[in-house]
Amino acid sequence: MDIKDIIKPENKVYGKTPVLTDNVMHYCPGCSHGVVHKIIAEVIEEMGIQDKTIGISPVGCSVFAYNYLDIDWQQAAHGRAPALATATKRLYPDKYVFTYQGDGDLASIGTAEIMHACNRGENIVVIFINNAIYGMTGGQMAPTTLLGMKTATTPYGRDAKLNGFPLKITELIAQLEGTCYVTRQSVHTAAAVRKAKAAIRKAFENSAKDKGTSFVEIVSTCNSGWKLSPVKANEWMVEHMFPFYQLGDLKDR
Amino acid sequence: MAEKILMKGNEAIACSAIRNGVDGYFGYPITPQSEVMETLMAEKPWETTGMVVLQAESETASINMVYGGACCGKKVMTSSSSPGISLMCEGLSYMAGAELPCLVVNVVRGGPGLGTIQPGQGDYYQIVKGGGHGDYRCVVLSPASAQDMYDFVDKAFDLAFKYRCPAVILADGVIGQMMEKVEIHATKPRRTNEEIEKTCPWATVGKRADRPRNIITSLALESDVQEATNLRLQAKYRKMEEEDVLYSTYMTEDAEYLFVAYGCMSRIVETTVDMLRENGIKAGLLRPITLFPFPTKQIQALVPQIKSAMSIELSAGQMVDDVRLAVNGAVPVGFYGRLGGNICTPQEIFDAFKKFNNLQ
Repeated sequence: MDIKDIIKPENKVYGKTPVLTDNVMHYCPGCSHGVVHKIIAEVIEEMGIQDKTIGISPVGCSVFAYNYLDIDWQQAAHGRAPALATATKRLYPDKYVFTYQGDGDLASIGTAEIMHACNRGENIVVIFINNAIYGMTGGQMAPTTLLGMKTATTPYGRDAKLNGFPLKITELIAQLEGTCYVTRQSVHTAAAVRKAKAAIRKAFENSAKDKGTSFVEIVSTCNSGWKLSPVKANEWMVEHMFPFYQLGDLKDR
Repeated sequence: MAEKILMKGNEAIACSAIRNGVDGYFGYPITPQSEVMETLMAEKPWETTGMVVLQAESETASINMVYGGACCGKKVMTSSSSPGISLMCEGLSYMAGAELPCLVVNVVRGGPGLGTIQPGQGDYYQIVKGGGHGDYRCVVLSPASAQDMYDFVDKAFDLAFKYRCPAVILADGVIGQMMEKVEIHATKPRRTNEEIEKTCPWATVGKRADRPRNIITSLALESDVQEATNLRLQAKYRKMEEEDVLYSTYMTEDAEYLFVAYGCMSRIVETTVDMLRENGIKAGLLRPITLFPFPTKQIQALVPQIKSAMSIELSAGQMVDDVRLAVNGAVPVGFYGRLGGNICTPQEIFDAFKKFNNLQ
């Protein structure tokens, strides 16, 4: 049998969602961003909300998220995405509005904006990529960098006395009355990807139900910043990140 | 006959926003402009026009809420005073770069730092020349009465949408706090979402199948792309200078001595002009209404007839630079101002004028 006899519509088992553009991604091989982009795009397609979804991209590696998802995008200043999302959702309550933010963007420079948007219970979705490092600027310490972890600005490892402690911002977010769904997921295995996608779908569905803010953290790898191969980065994440950033729902109501 | 109401300049901003189809206000309290949001909250426009009013957690959040609303093609605004405006300058630069219309009202107090809650005009450089990073300008309107505060809201949005740029009403604490009669004109409804999609095809309101996705960004890593953006912005600013300079004059036809003053100072200088005329000195006043674009040509046109020009400001001398550029050395240019929240009296200006011009 020739391969041409196999490639037929009736034999199709998987297709790239059209919500994902054909642009070549700038992310490093092994980076979690691409997978998370894909599952958001799939959720948007499956819910049939491409024409009602507005994404807010951050500053950091995913500043260019607007190149990859075929929806309307606003590119925010560093940390301010939740403020843009607040206004957009309040002015267009029938739209689906989500922010896509990294750990530096969300848990350092944008701490005030995310805490208050969540505390007001804005009906938005927050996708929080936590890879414990600043990727775009060259691998500096993030608020979520683990103790002892080496980065460009903690070359001898993060020292609590010098650099403070890693911030479990998702646990703080879960305490806020305004949030309805707070979960921590990962995308390092096929099973994890399926769970993360289900979480993102629930978050988008919540945002149309006036329930408050839905917050999905994805514990992610930055193998370039961590100076590991993609496979080793996944192993390192399981071994070091998961014990500190435990996966699962923190809140679901 | 139009309705006339006694109100503060700050209240006029709020009343005008509700009556001129503004879609959203996002702000944070600061003296001397807190009455803007207080009035909006008391009026509850979300129950009448559907206007969104939200007290944000900071000026930084306020301006970024404005950024988000502006991305959607909505008429959105904020107001603050000097220290709060410093925090907003990041957002102003982003909105200038992303070519978004909005209105920012700055009711200026004395600075630097926390300064004083009394009036000032020391934010001229910051607002007229930049404030945020990069090569950008805002349209800057300078009100001299509570009526101007009311009228300039609509005017500012017209210019902001004409040029897709931030517009600033640069008021001073006097104009914000002073109570005057304000004539309420016919109201303008909020635009429908359909009208917004038609007039703002760039707005991020959800990608319809019949158009490419809209992306609002101020980012361009390629130098040529960024330079093209810069050149487009500069062309816009040159067009503003050609088409949208606003100013008024008082007794300039036969003036031999020119005053230039804006905001509350323009009203005080009118009295000084009267005093000088009573003493046989032919003085006149040019009041820039748009501080950017600045009435450079209009000042230049007066240069052949004047012996000197003087800028009168509640600052250490900021607008005087633009007056000097306009006069370009043809006649002496002087300055008088007060600082720290103090306000020049007509007599002080009269005396400063005589001293500068060596007149008895």
